[in-house]
Amino acid sequence: MTMIDRKLLKKESIQPLLNALRESGRRIIAPQRSGSAPGTWCRDLGPGDEVDLEQRTTVSPKSAFLPMVEEILRYRNEGKRIVMEGSRVQAQPTVVFGSRPCDTRALHALDAVFLHVPGDLFFRERRAATTVVTFSCESADPDCFCTSVSGGPRDAEGSDLLLTRVADDRFLVEVCTEKGKQVVELAPHLFEPAGDVDTEAFVATVPVRFSPVEVRKRLQDLFNDEEFWREQSLACLGCSTCAFVCPNCSCFDIQDEADLKGGSRLRCWDSCGQKLFTLHASGHNPRSVQSQRWRQRIMHKFSYLPEKEGMVGCVGCGRCSRACPADMNLLERLTAIAEARI
Amino acid sequence: MEALRQRARELLEAGSVQVIIGYANGSNGRRRPLFARRPEQLDQLILEDNPPLNLAVYLRKPEIKRLGKAGVVATPSILKSILQLAAENQYRDSEALFLALDPTGAVVELSTADAIAKYLGSNGQAVTESESCAEIASLDRDGRFAFWQQEFERCIRCYACRASCPMCYCEQCIADSNQPQWVPVAPHSLGNLEWHVSRAMHLAGRCVGCGACTEACPAGIPLRLMNQFLADLVAKEFSQKAGAGVKLDYPLSVFNVKDREDFIK
Repeated sequence: MTMIDRKLLKKESIQPLLNALRESGRRIIAPQRSGSAPGTWCRDLGPGDEVDLEQRTTVSPKSAFLPMVEEILRYRNEGKRIVMEGSRVQAQPTVVFGSRPCDTRALHALDAVFLHVPGDLFFRERRAATTVVTFSCESADPDCFCTSVSGGPRDAEGSDLLLTRVADDRFLVEVCTEKGKQVVELAPHLFEPAGDVDTEAFVATVPVRFSPVEVRKRLQDLFNDEEFWREQSLACLGCSTCAFVCPNCSCFDIQDEADLKGGSRLRCWDSCGQKLFTLHASGHNPRSVQSQRWRQRIMHKFSYLPEKEGMVGCVGCGRCSRACPADMNLLERLTAIAEARI
Repeated sequence: MEALRQRARELLEAGSVQVIIGYANGSNGRRRPLFARRPEQLDQLILEDNPPLNLAVYLRKPEIKRLGKAGVVATPSILKSILQLAAENQYRDSEALFLALDPTGAVVELSTADAIAKYLGSNGQAVTESESCAEIASLDRDGRFAFWQQEFERCIRCYACRASCPMCYCEQCIADSNQPQWVPVAPHSLGNLEWHVSRAMHLAGRCVGCGACTEACPAGIPLRLMNQFLADLVAKEFSQKAGAGVKLDYPLSVFNVKDREDFIK
């Protein structure tokens, strides 16, 4: 499947490439600034909109595949009959432009959940229609730990095109898939052949901080250690920030919005950090305290997913650590788990 | 600071409190809450004038409650929150102990609402100067609506605003109710607008302006502007300020024959 073909793209050719993508009828989702907020946000890129590729988006680009909210069916009431209007899958050809290697790698975990046979119709269509153009990371901060979870700042896993800055204001373009090739073919004149280029100069260094194999091993013994989980999560406020900025988290909630005439069924992001997540109709809550919810978050990503799908449910993007209002640093907690004396 | 740490140590050692809640340096330049149960953990304690988080929020958390009585290293924001909570019957005298500094740098121990009110009255350190709403208030209706539409568009409905707010103590939040669904739960534009407007209205005259919601918001939505606007309005119309006294007749639920009615059209 790997068919890496290498090209060079001038920095000033980025805009013409985006124009060519738009002219081909593709929807473009790219990082942009928004209102008064610091950071960048993945949004539909309109003709006059400016892409900001300088930083990681505050929220991961996963909403391009799993929107925060999507209608999965609609119905209307006709007298005593309920008429189903079915579901409308929107799968316009789309390009996610300006993803990062960690975010792109995270698609594997989403695939594992949503493409599991028979597969989720909405996700499958959207995923198939989407091309991912990833930019290698030129810088990393101390919250980043992609290299501890099999990734890296120039990791091509999952990308259709991987762009890495090289000398002379150019990007090395690695064409990883057929979809990526189609993008290049939209504007072949923008690309130059690439010889031997040095990619090291502009690629971030991310030290390996822990071993997920070790974490998984410890977790098996730590599960029943209530005190340990309580200590780890004393500061946790029980919001959903970590899950919602995460590129891997895939839990969702189904909500109906209806009136007398009809209604629609919506799929919305959900988070295991919320008290409501496991609340039964009886009033019983199997995860009655926050420490159990925190344990679930860690177990799911570092024990259950490795066991079931052979992959860690975390790509080390560091977003949860950056966004947590209580500074529940994930890397710090994983290191503590890996070093736990049991 | 050393006096504070010393007193906290004594309190822990004497068993007067079982946990000291304060701030510590967190990861990568951030601040984090500290829950010191052993004297040596107090080495991490720092004094923080502009903390991102309002520690009063932890006093209702079951895991914290079960640690025992808490001593809280308190900022004016925290004390105002406790005063407001006391006025709403959500804080009982002596439930916790608050440690603050007087202007001479001496440690003051407060555990009753009266003592807190007195302290705040005489140590009138202004709670962090709140951002001005003037800029937004000067826009016309469409302009204000457009401003908030753009801000709310980034909302991911993580409820960090709610989770970080000492005044959001409802056992069941309006946004968590399915039957009936009072507020659309989905993070679409209507849902986001209804959520933030509902929350602001619930906080009108109750918000002490600590800014924790704005700090907690991963989307950088300036929620405190909305809360401040309503606080100013309640202050103007009802001469009431949240966290200003032991007793407070919540203006939106109390009838007074002297209330002006000319704004009802």
